[in-house]
Amino acid sequence: MNALQTNELVKKFGGVTAVNGLSITVPTGKITSVIGPNGSGKTTLTNVLTGICQIDGGVVVVAGGKERARIKPYQVFGLGLTRTFQNVRVFEQVSVLDNVLISLTKRSVLGSLFEKNKEEHLKKAEEVLTRVGLWEKKDAYASELSYGQRKLLEIARALATGADTVLFDEPYAGLFPEMVKLVSGIMRELREQGKTIVLIEHDMALIRELSDHVIVMDAGKLLAEGKPEEVLSNKAVIEAYLGV
Amino acid sequence: MEYLVHLAVVFAIYAILAVSLQLIVGFTGLISLAHAAFYGVGAYSVALILENTGFGFFPALVLGILMSAIAAFLIGIVLSKFRDDYYALGSLGFTVIVFSIFLNWQELTRGPLGIPGINRPELFGFVFSENIVYLGLALVLLGLCYVFSTFVTKSSFGRALQAIREDEVALSVFGYHTSWFKLAVFVMGAGMAAIAGGLFASYITFIDPSSFGVPESVFMLSVIILGGLGSLRGAVIGALVLVLLPEALRFVGFTPDIAAQMRQVIYGLMLVFLMLYRPQGLAGTYRL
Repeated sequence: MNALQTNELVKKFGGVTAVNGLSITVPTGKITSVIGPNGSGKTTLTNVLTGICQIDGGVVVVAGGKERARIKPYQVFGLGLTRTFQNVRVFEQVSVLDNVLISLTKRSVLGSLFEKNKEEHLKKAEEVLTRVGLWEKKDAYASELSYGQRKLLEIARALATGADTVLFDEPYAGLFPEMVKLVSGIMRELREQGKTIVLIEHDMALIRELSDHVIVMDAGKLLAEGKPEEVLSNKAVIEAYLGV
Repeated sequence: MEYLVHLAVVFAIYAILAVSLQLIVGFTGLISLAHAAFYGVGAYSVALILENTGFGFFPALVLGILMSAIAAFLIGIVLSKFRDDYYALGSLGFTVIVFSIFLNWQELTRGPLGIPGINRPELFGFVFSENIVYLGLALVLLGLCYVFSTFVTKSSFGRALQAIREDEVALSVFGYHTSWFKLAVFVMGAGMAAIAGGLFASYITFIDPSSFGVPESVFMLSVIILGGLGSLRGAVIGALVLVLLPEALRFVGFTPDIAAQMRQVIYGLMLVFLMLYRPQGLAGTYRL
């Protein structure tokens, strides 16, 4: 069973077809990297998979479930998916701790109204914030963190959901080397726990180091997919992406 | 003394309005201009029920809350699809419609003539006729609204409201059906605004549409922005300052021919300087 599968997926923005008949599979329990030149549709793919953009054609299958021609954002969590954003989207004027607790507490209006902070939630929040080195900053507003720290907070928020599949959209952008190591370590841990990771990234060294499976997109279409060493030595990929 | 008690009652009514609007604007980030409409629905419901039925003030108040909540639910279903400027415009439109109903449905509301002779509340034969006693009632209701709002904001629901304010789309990806949260807080706020409306109607004993128009909604927004968005305490402080400030300026000593205009000028300047040098308001932490 694949964690994610798309069949002939299409997403258009006016006259621009950002994702154009894309059919891919993301194997369960692996790190799948999605690479491609700027504007190739990688982030649009993530947005479509998480309901932020509506699907214009084709279907998505999550964890072997039914074929979906429409995903609403609030359904994403129930499908066992979570994500980080290319442009950091933490809850700026909310504390670091509350940013993470959001991922842990009840989602229904009535359920959340009568729910206070539970010990188990605080414990989990401490665990993920400690993992990304932000526990000391738990009472600060997210807006007071540096860019890199806010990226880490997004990762902590995603980890706290316990989702089976995590989509990381350029998680390394703007991180200094120690933070890069930290994020790579988290990804390996998630893989060891049997989680599926979809990684959108431009750094080829990191792609080689982490990926089990690579998908290359160009102009919204699938250019190649397979094992990293095969895909990254593919002539068409080198021409389209690496430009040599 | 009677004058001070009167100011305190007016403050309590505006503090209820501010605390309830704070849930919608300061915590959830929805710029609602509909609050005066719900204030009016509460006031007219209480006035009409007292005038036309055998119900007393408190059952009438409960029905007024219910009417306001139903109105908020119906308009909220539409408004919850929007955010930012569109939300503000939609809520503005609702206030204009409700104001027009108050003004033009003369068989029911008596239009611009208003409804006079509204009874003061009565409980087990005790009439809240003295202003000092009425103040006690107003403060108790303010206290209940404050405690309820604190309960809401300290819950996981309150945390979700703040996340909606910050980034509704990002929150929805974490499994929150944000429209329901926006609708729920809107209905809660409208219910509390109706309490203020009922108190106002029964205190002044006369209502007409002029108290429930768009300028009143704008005034309520000024109260919570000045007091501090995202802070219940700030809402109460904002109400205190904006109710008392114009009264305090009466004693500055302007000559009678320019006193009213000068009060408006000073009042406006103070708001401008506050926003320049303390944009988070007197007691708030959140900035628009």
